[in-house]
Amino acid sequence: MLLEISDLSARVAGKEILKGINLNVNAGEVHAIMGPNGSGKSTLAQVLAGREDYEVTRGTVKFDGQDLLTLPAELRARAGLFLGFQYPVEIPGVNNVYLLKAALNAKRKAAGQPEVDAYEFLSLIRQKMKFMQMSESFLTRGVNEGFSGGEKKRNEVLQMLVLEPKLAILDETDSGLDIDALKVVSTGVNSLRDASRGVVLVTHYQRLLDYVVPDHVHVLSGGRIVKSGDRSLAHELERRGYDWVLESRVA
Amino acid sequence: MSTKPQDVEALVGQKYRHGFITDIESDSLPPGLDEGVVAAISQKKNEPQFMLDWRLKAFRHWKTLREPSWAHVHYKPIDYQDISYYSAPRAPANGPKSLDEVDPKLLATYEKLGIPLHERARLAGVAVDAVFDSVSVATTFKDKLGKAGVIFCSFSDAVRDHPRLIERYLGTVVPASDNFFAALNSAVFSDGSFVYVPPGVRCPMELSTYFRINAAKTGQFERTLIIAAEGASVSYLEGCTAPMRDENQLHAAVVELVALDNAQIKYSTVQNWYPGDENGLGGIYNFVTKRGECRGRNSKISWTQVETGSAITWKYPSCVLRGENSVGEFYSVAVANNYQQADTGTKMIHIGRNTKSTIVSKGISAGHAENTYRGLVKILPSAAGARNFTQCDSLLMGAKCAAHTFPYMEVKNPTATVEHEASTSKIGEDQLFYCLQRGISAEDAVNMIVSGFCKVVFKELPMEFAVEAQNLLSVSLEGAVG
Repeated sequence: MLLEISDLSARVAGKEILKGINLNVNAGEVHAIMGPNGSGKSTLAQVLAGREDYEVTRGTVKFDGQDLLTLPAELRARAGLFLGFQYPVEIPGVNNVYLLKAALNAKRKAAGQPEVDAYEFLSLIRQKMKFMQMSESFLTRGVNEGFSGGEKKRNEVLQMLVLEPKLAILDETDSGLDIDALKVVSTGVNSLRDASRGVVLVTHYQRLLDYVVPDHVHVLSGGRIVKSGDRSLAHELERRGYDWVLESRVA
Repeated sequence: MSTKPQDVEALVGQKYRHGFITDIESDSLPPGLDEGVVAAISQKKNEPQFMLDWRLKAFRHWKTLREPSWAHVHYKPIDYQDISYYSAPRAPANGPKSLDEVDPKLLATYEKLGIPLHERARLAGVAVDAVFDSVSVATTFKDKLGKAGVIFCSFSDAVRDHPRLIERYLGTVVPASDNFFAALNSAVFSDGSFVYVPPGVRCPMELSTYFRINAAKTGQFERTLIIAAEGASVSYLEGCTAPMRDENQLHAAVVELVALDNAQIKYSTVQNWYPGDENGLGGIYNFVTKRGECRGRNSKISWTQVETGSAITWKYPSCVLRGENSVGEFYSVAVANNYQQADTGTKMIHIGRNTKSTIVSKGISAGHAENTYRGLVKILPSAAGARNFTQCDSLLMGAKCAAHTFPYMEVKNPTATVEHEASTSKIGEDQLFYCLQRGISAEDAVNMIVSGFCKVVFKELPMEFAVEAQNLLSVSLEGAVG
């Protein structure tokens, strides 16, 4: 089991957002987490990534055999957990490539591998950028500095491809993308799919799931997973909205 | 964020690296200040009468002034009678003639500070004037510069060897009556650097002065005067350090720059005076008046400063843009950590037509520090077509520090263009978490974010010093995120 979430509860600023999440992700699987606004999707992603102002009040998370919740954020990342941010932050003056190289080398160092030098890294990133159909200007720009919404998302996927995580959690990576960008991003995500990795897609829309086809779909509402199914559940949600899931649960 | 408070504390524990004391016999005046002391300083330096007169006039004026209180800084009143106004390492009569005569302890001090003065170890391409307490102990590459016609020497030597230039330019940019600290400096200044670059000469190397305060209970009052004649250009850098002492020490310098027609002066500062300990005990009071005058047309003066040290910094390197088409620039990174207080900025006074100024100020506050940008852009009626661009950004680290911005503008010519941009951001959680999530450690992340923030200023520094500045910054802020 790659990721094993048991009875996870967490609060932010004193408010309980997650109320007992249970979710298992096996290597090789793609899971989609859907749900109405404010249901706790992003909170779940942030908690798994180790954001400090999110307080875990109950439950356990195992990641690749380790107790995830005791690890600080950077060690989670080095262990192979990647979060594609919903709103990637701008870091003015810090070169995009420089950050990514530092990230890759931090991970390699932790794994006892030699660091890549600037030359090797440049050829690696050029190849990945080409794949993501990104212009050379990304090499010289600051981290997300002045990027459009779509460029930021593409950049997140680029980072994911370079870091090759065991588990990628993509928080609304599809939002704000036009159809062409969505295809590129999806191709990027699909290229990472293999038997040793898992992907968790947090999304509002079924649209992304036409391109990155999930093995499992979960509906998160009120801090709990209220329904799980296969990809047909996503279609049903698209057609009927969320209300019927919530109502059927109450009934 | 993964760094726990106790880790942060440990990181902050990184000590000031230049805090050692050189045990050397010195010749000091007893604490106290009166006309006798002013005369004694002048006499020790064998100054001509005009200098003594100038000092005494400044002193008499100083006595009529009150210490300014408008800056956003707080400190206990300074007892000006409790400071020694002159301290010099004992040296052979009339000072050392060459490096061989300089006390080895002094050479070792500079070696330890990373400023080797010996021929074989000198910094390539950089001429250094080393000022220790009240006197200049050595100036390197004098001969090579002499061949190009450039005068680079201690202020005392300049008074002796080039009295005409001193008499002509001293106090013409910062008059003795300018302000409280400038008046005090004019009365008691003991040494500093002098640079004259003759017409049409591009100074063949970087010039640099390294100021070191060593003696206790001593003030350092140095004076720097740089003149770039018609078509000349020069790049000058000053560095500053001091031992760690529990009492505060006063440093009140005056720097004057004069750029004639088509001349350019680039003045860079890496200020790393002892900032006091983590509880705010000790540290240097850095009360400095720096001003350049673009006296000639098409002249340019550019200030770049990286201010990481001092308990209190009060300093506004300014440009008087008198010449038509002249250009003034101010690039600043001011860091205040623990209990440091910084009130710094610039004044751009536009007098000539089509004068242009650029101000880029980056303030970083951490710990309990207070960091203030104070700037004035003044466009006089004569300055048709004048332009200014000002950008002030503040970065806050932690919740107990503060940043303030006081931009003043006086525009008296309707054809002028003045632009101002300002931002305050918290280092933040978001940026930090983004880096951590990519596997980068908190310490590396902070360094990365801060140096990104300062990048536009660092690129103005001479190459050799950009690296030093970067390192200094990471030491000053190590572990400042909590």
